[in-house]
Amino acid sequence: MEKETASGESENTSASAHHGHAEESFRSEVRQAIGLNPAKCYQCGKCSAGCPMASEMTLMPHEMIRLVQLDRRDRLMQDESMWLCLTCETCTARCPNGFDPARMLDGLREMSLRAHGENAPRRIQAFHSSFLDQIRSHGRVFEFGLVFAYKMRSGALFDDVLNAPGMYFRGKLKLTPHTIDGVDDVRRIFDACMAEEER
Amino acid sequence: MKIGYFPGCSLDFSAKEFDTSLQAVATSAGMELEEIKDWACCGATSGHATNHLLSIALPARTLALAEEQELERVVAPCAACYSRLATARHEMAEDKKLFSKVTGILKRDFTNSVQVMNIAELLRDNLPAIKEKVTHPLKDLKVACYYGCLLVRPPKVTGFDDTEDPSSMEEVCRAAGATPVKWNKRLDCCGGGFSLSRTGSVIRLGKEILEDAQAAGAQAVVVACPMCHSNLDLRQKAIAEQTAKPLEMPILFITQLVGLAMGISEQILGLNRHFVSAQPIIAKATVKALPAAREEA
Amino acid sequence: MSRIGVFVCHCGENIGRTVDCAAVAQACGELPGVVHSIDYKYMCSDPGQALVKQAVAEHKLDGVVVAACSPHMHEKTFRKTVANAGINRFLCEMANVREHCSWIHEDREEATQKAIDLTRFIVEKIKHNVPLEPIKIPVTRRALVIGGGIAGIQAALDIADGGCEVVLVEKEPSIGGHMSQLSETFPTLDCSQCILTPRMVEVYQHPRIKLMAYAEVDKVEGYIGNFTVTVRQKARGVNASLCNGCGECQKVCPNKKIASEFDAGLGKRPAIYVPFPQAVPNIPVIDRANCALYKGRARNAKKDACKKCEEVCGRKAIDFDQQDTFLTEKVGAIVVATGYQLYNIKKEQDKEAISGYGEYGYGTIPDVIDGLQFERLASASGPTGGKILRPSDGKEPKTVVFLQCIGSRDPAKGIDYCSKICCMYIAKHTMLYHHKVHGGQAIVFFMDIRAGGKGYDEFTRRAIEENDALYVRGRVSKMYRDGDVIKVLGFDTLSGEPMHIDADMVVLATAMRPQPGIESLAQKLSVSYDRFGFINEAHPKLRPVETNTAGVYVAGACQAPRDIPDAVAMASATASKILGLFSASELEREPLVAQVDQGTCAGCFHCVRVCPYGAVEHFEVKDRKGNLIKTVAQVNKGVCQGCGTCQANCPSKSVELQGFTDQQIFAAINAF
Repeated sequence: MEKETASGESENTSASAHHGHAEESFRSEVRQAIGLNPAKCYQCGKCSAGCPMASEMTLMPHEMIRLVQLDRRDRLMQDESMWLCLTCETCTARCPNGFDPARMLDGLREMSLRAHGENAPRRIQAFHSSFLDQIRSHGRVFEFGLVFAYKMRSGALFDDVLNAPGMYFRGKLKLTPHTIDGVDDVRRIFDACMAEEER
Repeated sequence: MKIGYFPGCSLDFSAKEFDTSLQAVATSAGMELEEIKDWACCGATSGHATNHLLSIALPARTLALAEEQELERVVAPCAACYSRLATARHEMAEDKKLFSKVTGILKRDFTNSVQVMNIAELLRDNLPAIKEKVTHPLKDLKVACYYGCLLVRPPKVTGFDDTEDPSSMEEVCRAAGATPVKWNKRLDCCGGGFSLSRTGSVIRLGKEILEDAQAAGAQAVVVACPMCHSNLDLRQKAIAEQTAKPLEMPILFITQLVGLAMGISEQILGLNRHFVSAQPIIAKATVKALPAAREEA
Repeated sequence: MSRIGVFVCHCGENIGRTVDCAAVAQACGELPGVVHSIDYKYMCSDPGQALVKQAVAEHKLDGVVVAACSPHMHEKTFRKTVANAGINRFLCEMANVREHCSWIHEDREEATQKAIDLTRFIVEKIKHNVPLEPIKIPVTRRALVIGGGIAGIQAALDIADGGCEVVLVEKEPSIGGHMSQLSETFPTLDCSQCILTPRMVEVYQHPRIKLMAYAEVDKVEGYIGNFTVTVRQKARGVNASLCNGCGECQKVCPNKKIASEFDAGLGKRPAIYVPFPQAVPNIPVIDRANCALYKGRARNAKKDACKKCEEVCGRKAIDFDQQDTFLTEKVGAIVVATGYQLYNIKKEQDKEAISGYGEYGYGTIPDVIDGLQFERLASASGPTGGKILRPSDGKEPKTVVFLQCIGSRDPAKGIDYCSKICCMYIAKHTMLYHHKVHGGQAIVFFMDIRAGGKGYDEFTRRAIEENDALYVRGRVSKMYRDGDVIKVLGFDTLSGEPMHIDADMVVLATAMRPQPGIESLAQKLSVSYDRFGFINEAHPKLRPVETNTAGVYVAGACQAPRDIPDAVAMASATASKILGLFSASELEREPLVAQVDQGTCAGCFHCVRVCPYGAVEHFEVKDRKGNLIKTVAQVNKGVCQGCGTCQANCPSKSVELQGFTDQQIFAAINAF
């Protein structure tokens, strides 16, 4: 938490002084990590105009890209908006300049996690962790286990409990997981990808 | 020719009816599906939202398994799985460095040669065979074909239909005798993977979609994705609490609709598994078409 | 050749910083055949040139090598200098030690050595140079102007007023082009037709302009000063010399339901028609695709379905059997002024690289129109008499959304460039709309307002400040029809607010594209064009109205998106260039052209196939009695551009490019 406060302060004091050398800048780091040139965005806002989650975001898709262009890492990484992206790809499909905002937001989320950022809403973060744990444990997602683990993580214990019996009786919840034969294979892939990410 | 089959986690259970209806339709229309042995999860949104390499490597494993089974094409009925498989294939084809990184991780002989298809594409490509098996055309049934996001977007990954003006689902529904309605929200997002973690958003988006389908006169919404199905079916009760007009919109997998028109039983199609009853639609399919009417269909 | 002078230029610090010029001069002075070698700070300056001149005289030089910048820069300068000093100017060559050496290297020692090498090559080359004399070509002082829009009209009038004859070819039934369709023009709001029609009449009445409307260029042969052009005069079905333009035929034509091209599809016209009342020439055309008689004849009907126009014509001018005719015109220069078409957002496109806007319904939403259609709605001569009424139901739209950059600046749709005029005409549209529709709201979605031009920015500010146009910065993601309105889903990037608008009508500022068929015309003329089809100018700054083919000039929107003042200025510039060309009866060309050794030429004509300019011809060698000995290749010196392709391709080494003979090039290479 101390770290976050400190970065918050530095953001206020150096708000306009972020433009350092191009090669050390946040924007070049993003370009390196994601493989997309942030300068390609010409800020027309078509992504934000079509984004189904725009009304719930505090930073619009084009604004997030703008903050990358301006090297405003702190401002961007303190905001939860990137986690609200549904990856519906509407922005990417319609971007007039051939940019890929959806991929950029995917990459920014990954960068945020890697930096142990805490901008992800607890529930969304809990869902992703639970989901990946399922794959790691069984090779597939075991939905009952997913819901259970998610609820434990997110604290949303009583949401949806009314739907659970309905799902069970419709045969939509299986209570015992199936683990694939190649689960070790999957775990190895996980480890390799995590290790690659650390580098 | 054999088509590889990647059911994905949802079809393995919560959307079992998508699996059973697809299998039944495929058998009826003479498509030979062969499940990829020991497939793993595609990683879904949680994969690509948190670790790009993982989001490519997990589907790559499945594609490698398909190659080992000597399959040239794989159908992934779940739109999200399809998107992950197709994206992985596309990115590895475009980026040689990524491809070699992934093959290094997989430790398998892998050439990235398997074509990835979605369900709308598979059915559209087999329209003549399907038409032949339609015995109970769904006359007077107005359906709203809902594509959602990942069947058609992004164009460079999907490319089987027009991104902004697709027609394949409509063609399939027409073959089943149903009448697709013109509506505006068929490409909008249902909230996808936020069903559990941000239910409010899913209800807001689902409401816009279902109200538009209703206004266009649709009697059912046809989907090709288990997430879309769950968000519009399971969440419909919560959505209906917020709509001005009463809402009771059956949500059918496209394979269920085709299955009905083929006279396949509702038990096999799993129509009893939905939260919103599909009974009014089933009723439409009970009348067997007269031979003359079949010609017309 | 044995008395060569070498002159090494420092170009201030440009060369001197990395190249030791004095060392270069000293090294070159020791080369065999070099009798004089010096360096100087600015060789191109007056004193520098004086040094060259003086040396030619003092040392009786018969070859001059200037080691300096690129020959593109100062070759002309130094060749003139040596000519003034009394030796043939083709005995002067340049060694490029700036662009090819000092600018691209850092190490002084190595750069100096390279500069010495480069100069030595040229010294060896020049030993094989021979005096060459300029080529003289006769000039036909008559010009062809292709396209009768404002650019073509201006070019034709300026050339004709300058005293030379002009053939003006227009493919439509009338001249006037797109400008005749416009309501008012920015930034002065003067009536487009009021300023254009006097010019059209002037063309018609001009004694030195031969107007060929409803005609197209079929074939172009020849070269600068000596073009032979075949023009296809399309059959009007009306005898132009008999018709007096009374218009009775149009009144009786039973098929009056054809979408009018002039009204951009918003109005109707009969099958026999003049495009608009002030058409020049005022002679109707029968639209054979829509005329009942021709349709019947195409079906082999026994009887002609309708001859109402012929029956009513008092002058007996209707000629159903008229055929296309071909006319040959000799001209000395050609102006390409074929103008533009507007991009459309439909799914089907004429080019694979270009796609439509599915997110805007691919052009299927009624009441989504383009800029030219709005011009017709706003025009007093238009289908609504100047009232702004939407096409679907004729209602007055109370909210009109204007979308800029449709196609333009949208690489994803295949068009990267800015169409330049849209910002201005959309501002004009909002003003016209504000004046005509009381209480109406114009909303403009824009990315940037590009209003560079005299009075332009003031104009857009007036639209915003005084005419109540709401400018929203952002692109629209999606549009669809919902009942009576068009839902426009946009975003204002300035406020961060979504803009979801229920519009009654939407106007798309669609991109300017060159006219269809521009590529085939360009190929006939041997001029190059870019990937969008725009004709390439010879130099983007210094030769803006010339093309890469001598004698062919370009004006207006076929070169790039242009507004009226730009198009007119370009047209006048082409006229000035052409009048300059026509000022003498003969024209001089550089003799750096290919020459065939007819003794060794085997007549394989590979050179004919590879020549990009069509400059190589067949030539029959005959004996004294006139018997054919053999057929060989011959280069037309007027057409040859000296590219050397034939020389490189000739299997028997029978073609030499003057100034760049094999002997010269090998001498330079061997000096390495």
